[in-house]
Amino acid sequence: MVRVNSRKQQTVAKSNYEIGKRAPEPSRVGAEETTATGVMDDESADMVDSSSPQQRRESLKEAQKNRLADIDRETLINIYHQMLLVRRFEEKSAEAYSAGKIGGFCHLYIGQEAVAIGAISAIRKDDYVLTSYREHAHAIAKGMSPDSVMAELFGKATGCSKGKGGSMHMFDKEVNFLGGHAIVGGQIPLATGVAFASKYKGTDQVTLCFFGEAAVNQGAFHESLNMAQLWKLPCIYICENNQYGMGTSLERAMASQDISQKACAYDIAAEFVDGMDVLAVREATLRAVERARTSYFPTLLEVRTYRFMGHSMSDPGNYRTRAEIERHQERDPIKLFTASLKEERVMSDSDFQRIEADVKEQVEHALEFAEQSPLPDPKELYTDVYANPIVPDSKRGPQ
Amino acid sequence: MTVVTMREALNQALREEMLRDENVFLMGEEVGAYQGAYKITKGLLDELGEKRVIDTPITELGFAGLGVGAAMVGLRPVIEFMTFNFSILATDQIINSAAKMLYMSGGQFNIPIVFRGPGGSAFQVSSQHSQALESWFSYFPGLKVVMPSTPADAKGLLKSAIRDDDPVIFIEQERMYGNKGEVPEDADFTIPLGVADIKREGTDATIVARSLMVPVALKAAEVLETQGVSCEVIDLRTIRPLDINTIIASVRKTNRVVVAEESHPFCGVGGEICQEITERAFDYLDAPVKRVSGADVPMPYAKNLEDLAIPNVDQVVAAVREIAYLE
Repeated sequence: MVRVNSRKQQTVAKSNYEIGKRAPEPSRVGAEETTATGVMDDESADMVDSSSPQQRRESLKEAQKNRLADIDRETLINIYHQMLLVRRFEEKSAEAYSAGKIGGFCHLYIGQEAVAIGAISAIRKDDYVLTSYREHAHAIAKGMSPDSVMAELFGKATGCSKGKGGSMHMFDKEVNFLGGHAIVGGQIPLATGVAFASKYKGTDQVTLCFFGEAAVNQGAFHESLNMAQLWKLPCIYICENNQYGMGTSLERAMASQDISQKACAYDIAAEFVDGMDVLAVREATLRAVERARTSYFPTLLEVRTYRFMGHSMSDPGNYRTRAEIERHQERDPIKLFTASLKEERVMSDSDFQRIEADVKEQVEHALEFAEQSPLPDPKELYTDVYANPIVPDSKRGPQ
Repeated sequence: MTVVTMREALNQALREEMLRDENVFLMGEEVGAYQGAYKITKGLLDELGEKRVIDTPITELGFAGLGVGAAMVGLRPVIEFMTFNFSILATDQIINSAAKMLYMSGGQFNIPIVFRGPGGSAFQVSSQHSQALESWFSYFPGLKVVMPSTPADAKGLLKSAIRDDDPVIFIEQERMYGNKGEVPEDADFTIPLGVADIKREGTDATIVARSLMVPVALKAAEVLETQGVSCEVIDLRTIRPLDINTIIASVRKTNRVVVAEESHPFCGVGGEICQEITERAFDYLDAPVKRVSGADVPMPYAKNLEDLAIPNVDQVVAAVREIAYLE
C-alpha cells in the first residue's frame, strides 16, 4: 500500500476542509480522497530513500492496478499509446538535435510523460492547455499532430507555429493548445486569464496550466493563485515537480519545499500526486476538473516527477549522480504502466507489439514530413507582427 | 460637440466601447468602487456592473498577464495601470506575451488588449512616479503606442485602440486630465491609429511633439509668430507605428526641425525621429535637427527642480531660434 506522509496529509486536508466549508457539494474534496490519490511519502521520492527499487515499484504497481478497474480499456490503451508516442518522439528529437536538424534549445520531457498525458486525458477537447517550454508532450497529448510538432522543431513552414516559434513556442488554436511559454512562470497569469474568460463567457471549459517547480518561486505563481481563488476561476495549476530548476535542486532553491502546502496561503484546494503513476495524475486531475467545471474552483496539484534527460540538450549533468537518475528510472512511468496493463491483462503481448509498431510509424512519418517540408518563405519574416498592420510608408517595409 | 475635460473624454470612450461590445471589460487597481484613482472610470461600475469593471489586488504582473490570456480567447480587455510607473512590474507580460504572441504562434493568437493609464510627470511626485516610458514600449514590434494631447484625440484614439486587434499601450498625461476641449458626441467617432495630426500649420520650422509637449509647442509657436517665425506643430498621437510621412512632408516644407519631448533624451523617441529625418530628408535640412527633452536625471521632488526637469515654452522657443540661426 502507498504510505502517506501524515504532516502532508494534515496540511492538505486542512486546506480542503476550509474550501469545503464554503464550496457547493461537487467541489468538495475530502481528506479521504486526497489519501486515495496515491500520495507518495517523502522518502520514496527524494534522495535519501532507503527502500529498494523493487519495493518501490511493487508498491506503486499495486496502487496503479487498483485504479485500472475503473477505466475503460480503450482509454487505457490510448493513454499507453500516447505515452509511448511522446517517448519515442522525443528520443528521435534528441537524435535529430544531435544531427543538427533542430536548432536552439530543446528541452526533453522523457521521464515525465505520466504528468502531461495523465492530466490531459482527464479533460475535453474544448478545454485549454498552457505550459512551459518543455512542451512537446503536452502538445501531442492535446491532439496536435506529431507531424506539425516535428516540423516546428525543424523550423519548417508546415510547423504548428509556421516555424516562427520553435521548440519552446508551439500553438494550435484548433485543439486549444495555447502555448509553449519560455519565461519561467509566464504562462501562469496567462492561463488564469484564459480561465477568467471561460467564466466571463459562461462556458464550462476548464484550463490546465502546467509549470515546473522552479516557477513556484516566481511572483507570477503567487499573484495568479491569489486572483484565481479571489475570483473563483476554473484553472487547474499543475506543478510538475521534477526536483530541479535547470541545474539547481529544489533544496537549494526553495526555503519551504512543500509546494502543495503553498496553496493554503490562497485557500486553494491542493493535492500531492505521484507523477510516475499516469492513472494517479488522471484521477487527481479528474477531481480538479469536476470542481472547476461545476463550481469554477481552482486547484493546485503538486505532481512529483523526475526528468531522466538533461534540462536541455546542452546540459552537462554535473549536478546529480548517474545513480540518482538510475534509481528514478526504476520508477519509469511507462515501465510501471506497462507492468500494470500486462498483469491485469488489459493488453496482450500482441497489443504491445502493435502499438510499438504504430508509434514507430508515426514518428518516422513525422520525421519524414519535417525533412520534406519547405523552409518558411522569406516574406514570412514580416508577417504576423500585427493583426491590423498600419503601413504609413511602404519604403519602411511592412510594419 | 461639447466641451469636456480629457478625463471625461476618456470616460466617454470607455463607456461607449463597453456598451458597444460586451467582450470589452475593464480591470485594474481602484477602477471600480473607488471610481478610479484619477476618476477616469467614474460611474462605470454602477452602470456596467462587477462583471465588466473589476477591481484588482495590487498585482500588476498578474492582472496584466490575466488580461493577455483573456485576450487570447476572444475577450478585449482594457487594463488600467494606476500609473504607467507600475507597468514596469508588468513588462514581462506586455513584452514577452502580448507583443510576441501573434508572431510566435505563427499568426494564430492576436492579442486585442489596451494597457492604459497616466504616464509622464505629475505634480511633485518625485522619481518613481514621474516617468515617460514611451520609448520602452515603442521599441517592441508587436505593440502599438498611443499618446493623446487633446480631449477629442483622447476619446477618438482610445475608441480605436479598444477596437484594434493588437496590443495597444495608451499613455495619458496626468497633468492634462483637466484640460478641456471640444469632443464629438457621435458614438462612432474614432481617430485612426498611426496618423499624426498637424495641430498648427507653418512655413519656417517644424516642431514635432507628443502628449504634454503639444500645448507647450503650440504656445512656443505663438511666441515665435510674434518674432516673425512661422512654426508648424505636429502632434504624433501614435508613436508606434510612427507617421513618418507627415513629418517628412513638413520637413521638406520648413527645412528645420525641433523635436520636443518630456522623456529622457538617451535612446528616446526623439532620437529615432532625428535619425529617420537624417535618412529621408537630409538634403532638405537647413540646420541640424534639435531635440528638447526632459532632463537626463531621475525626477526630483522640489518644485523648482521639477520645473527645471520638464521642457518648457522658453526652451522650445530658444531651440527654434537656434536652428533658425536667430541667436
